[in-house]
Amino acid sequence: MPKVIYITHDGAEHVVDVPVGLSAMEGAVQNAIPGIDGDCGGAAACGTCHVFVDQAWIAKAGTPGSTIEKEMLELTDNVAPNSRLSCQIKLTAELDGLVLRMPLGQH
Amino acid sequence: MTPVFPDEEIARTIPLDEIDVSKPDLYVREAAHPYFARLRKEAPVHYCRESAYGPYWSITKFSDIVAIDTNHKVFSSDVSNGSFVLDDATLNPINGGISLPNFLGMDPPKHDAHRLAVSPIVATENLNRMEPLIRQRTQKVLDELPIGETFNWVDRVSIELTTMMLATLFDFPFEDRRKLTRWSDVVTASPGTGVIDTWEQREQELRECEAYFKDLYAQRARIAPTGDLVSMLAHSPVMQELGSEEFLGTIVLLIVGGNDTTRSSMSGSALANHLFPAEFAKVKANPALINSLVPEIVRWQTPIAHMRRTAIEDIEFQGKKIRKGDKVAMWYLSGNRDEDVIDRPHDFIADRPRARHHLSFGFGIHRCLGNRLAELQIRVLWEEALKRFSQVEVVGEMVRVPSNLIHGFIDIPVRLHR
Repeated sequence: MPKVIYITHDGAEHVVDVPVGLSAMEGAVQNAIPGIDGDCGGAAACGTCHVFVDQAWIAKAGTPGSTIEKEMLELTDNVAPNSRLSCQIKLTAELDGLVLRMPLGQH
Repeated sequence: MTPVFPDEEIARTIPLDEIDVSKPDLYVREAAHPYFARLRKEAPVHYCRESAYGPYWSITKFSDIVAIDTNHKVFSSDVSNGSFVLDDATLNPINGGISLPNFLGMDPPKHDAHRLAVSPIVATENLNRMEPLIRQRTQKVLDELPIGETFNWVDRVSIELTTMMLATLFDFPFEDRRKLTRWSDVVTASPGTGVIDTWEQREQELRECEAYFKDLYAQRARIAPTGDLVSMLAHSPVMQELGSEEFLGTIVLLIVGGNDTTRSSMSGSALANHLFPAEFAKVKANPALINSLVPEIVRWQTPIAHMRRTAIEDIEFQGKKIRKGDKVAMWYLSGNRDEDVIDRPHDFIADRPRARHHLSFGFGIHRCLGNRLAELQIRVLWEEALKRFSQVEVVGEMVRVPSNLIHGFIDIPVRLHR
């Protein structure tokens, strides 16, 4: 199982194994990691699973895919070029070690 | 205990094509739920041929509502195509109404620019700054409530707290703050429902609102940004183009969005406490459950019963042909009771798993802007209320808002128990 390293806004690290096929949002919510809400359940429709992809992982996980993800990110606070909605990052073996940082709050 | 609704029998037997869930009377009596249950089961995408608002489609299942809400390219909110509420007179110069254009009634890209101009007011940093003030005011309001005497929770708690909050967001003269409450009620009212007598009266009161805010705007424009919503409008580059109509339209959107909604959730939470005391006792015993109590309040009440879109092209949706120009109502009140997504949906469950997964804030680009502020206010209310009272008992007849849009209360007579 790929490991995902979630780093909350205050710097706390949470390392969890997330099964291939789940999203990074589901990995956080199922492991009760604070800082990712995922209100819409994974439809990229609420913007409450916003994360910043670590620079080293941008090529593999840093590009918003769907139109709705891009549209929702445009309306999200504190977006950066490495912003993603974590419900749209599906875990693969290739993403073992993925590092995601969280914003101050989800809105 | 699961609430029992009026009209169960009628809703079961009425021909499907005679169901019209837009009738305000259903909301006065909280009788819409049995009709929604029938539609979810037998006609989840339902066409009502005749209503006070003309023909319209009703979308009643949770997942269908998400699909419509996130497809803004086909299902438009833009005022040029219609409106985002069923009654065109609420925001358009039709049937007695006046034009109140605002960013909730816009499609991208203008929507995005206008929304982003005001969204910093409810960013996390700002909410963290406001929390001590919200707590202090909530404590004072609760401390002044009588114990063992009957009073109207809506007026003394819901309206008082949300109106003070709104006055702060606008930096509105505090002693005049009940004007905000009044304007909020007037915007969504039509003659004959108790708030206003004529359309002329509505227009006149809204023009007073406009004049009052234009004064505030002129004052804020002359000084450096002060961080409140009026100052944001005065200093935002994209908001400089606002005409007179868009100015008033934007103001009333912020008033209603920031006031009626949280008011109704706070009112509904008193009823929930009365009907489901054991659920609140759970939170008293385990304060961490406030994190699910708050979204459960917002789901269970569902302060906005519907949002409407207008199809701007022909589309087949769930086997039904929706045509260009058709009105489509997404009934959040129904989707939040959809048994396929929400377990025991009529019950109030303080520790509901995945309580945040509800429709009350909508989904997609028009999702509620102030949702986190609303949650903060409701959280502080119940953190403080649970410290002070063992029960909020509803002791008389409640009066509900006669509206298919604002799902709220005018009067909830309660008695507090220490």
